[in-house]
Amino acid sequence: MRVREVATQLFFTLALPVALLLTWWVASASSTSFFWPPLSEIVRAFPEAWNAERITGDVLPSLARFCLGYAVALVVGVGAGSAIGLSRNLRSFLEPTLEFFRAIPPPVLVPIIALFSGYTGWTAKVVTIALGCLWPVLLNAVEGVRGLDEVLVDTARCYRLRWRTRLLHVVLRGSSPQVATGARQALSIGVILMVISELFGANRGLGASIVQFQRSFAIPQMWTGILLLGFIGFVLSVVFRIVEYRSLAWYRGMRRAERQV
Amino acid sequence: MPTVPGETVTLDVRGLKKVYDGHGRRVEAIGGLTFEVRQGELVCIVGPSGAGKTTLLRCIAGLLGVTSGQVILDGTPVTGPPAGMAVVFQEYGRSLFPWMTVRQNVMLPLREKGVPRAERQALVDSALEAVGLTDSARAHPWQLSGGMQQRVAIARAVAYEPSVLLMDEPFAAVDAQTRAELEDLVRSLWHRLGVTVLFVTHDIDEAVYLGQRVLVLSNRPTIMLEDVPIDLPDERDQLGTRSTPRFAELRGHVYALVQMAKKGHRPSSED
Repeated sequence: MRVREVATQLFFTLALPVALLLTWWVASASSTSFFWPPLSEIVRAFPEAWNAERITGDVLPSLARFCLGYAVALVVGVGAGSAIGLSRNLRSFLEPTLEFFRAIPPPVLVPIIALFSGYTGWTAKVVTIALGCLWPVLLNAVEGVRGLDEVLVDTARCYRLRWRTRLLHVVLRGSSPQVATGARQALSIGVILMVISELFGANRGLGASIVQFQRSFAIPQMWTGILLLGFIGFVLSVVFRIVEYRSLAWYRGMRRAERQV
Repeated sequence: MPTVPGETVTLDVRGLKKVYDGHGRRVEAIGGLTFEVRQGELVCIVGPSGAGKTTLLRCIAGLLGVTSGQVILDGTPVTGPPAGMAVVFQEYGRSLFPWMTVRQNVMLPLREKGVPRAERQALVDSALEAVGLTDSARAHPWQLSGGMQQRVAIARAVAYEPSVLLMDEPFAAVDAQTRAELEDLVRSLWHRLGVTVLFVTHDIDEAVYLGQRVLVLSNRPTIMLEDVPIDLPDERDQLGTRSTPRFAELRGHVYALVQMAKKGHRPSSED
């Protein structure tokens, strides 16, 4: 019974990706178009396009920059978001400005940031990723903290919980479901910006490699880069889900209990 | 064992007045309240809805500033939430930390209070046992029924060993059978632990059944209508006590007072 359940689950998870790949494989098998090579050719080009040197010299640095930028966005977003969410004055002071900056698409900022911190180094790229990831985290943290239950806050006051305890056990824990929503949005924005930040003037990195393949008409290799990006995005979201699943078990349980009443 | 109230005044409310002022509207919520709760007493407060019961309780708990007058707990004026006070709110589900287990919920205030570890464990164990939740210590609050959740809140308050336990309509949101059980739980905890309880409710029967005294409030701006001593025997049970003639008399008396309060009656000395 148990084995059958797992098998069914596995079928539902894998059915669509396998079907899509098969369709692509069959549809492109006899393709003679230069820009639309058969999938078999792309697969053959993969090991060579992403050899050990490319992985350590391009892919891993890109991922490291992504992780760094994302981490900065999380820390700054949750920190500033909690402060803004807790203080009404700070909120009315900052909110219009925040809305303005949020409305600016981060890719537009890439050339501007690069002007200040250079095209080739890590700084510009990390700043770009962090800046893009910041907004969903920050705004969701503000909402999460603002939406804390008043009764819970009163309870914390009545039992004279210290400032630090209140921050850790009430504010951060209480706003974590909403912060997770922001962090999930930031994840895909971060991957996009990881690529975009390498499109201007950079010569190493995952995004830069894909552009170089394209410019040198190595079309199958270009396609392998896109496949690799998709795979990275998939792995990141799986990792995110696992972390979320563990840390927000209480929230899922509570929601389920509420629905049953 | 009947609990004889001591001579020491634990909670002293003197000329408490609360006016909400804002947006050009001035609402006088509490017009002036003076009463005392002696150590070990169980006092109930009833009043018509909108009588500012919750405002009063929030003022006493130090969650809300008073406009004039004073609340004095153990000889010290209350300016913020005082150390010797625990509150059980009506919204049980919202006053427990859903990301903590039952045990952690009860434990957290003790840790903050600086109770040594071993003593803390013992306090939590005995509080959970007292409310009959030993088996649910590792559950999360949302896994429990409403009545059990309110028991957790009560356990947390009791473990805190407060001078005064404030209860703000704690059983308004549970079903009638659970409510009766919880009322008896409050009586027995009060007996066993000798804790001073101030119990706010809109339920006249509940007030008379639980209290040694019932303070009846007027409608807004709130003043005291009458301080009714409840001279029922100390041993109370849901069926016996509620069917005694004396209970009916007291209940009738408090009921009449609340009806008068609703019509806007105020003691003649007031105006």
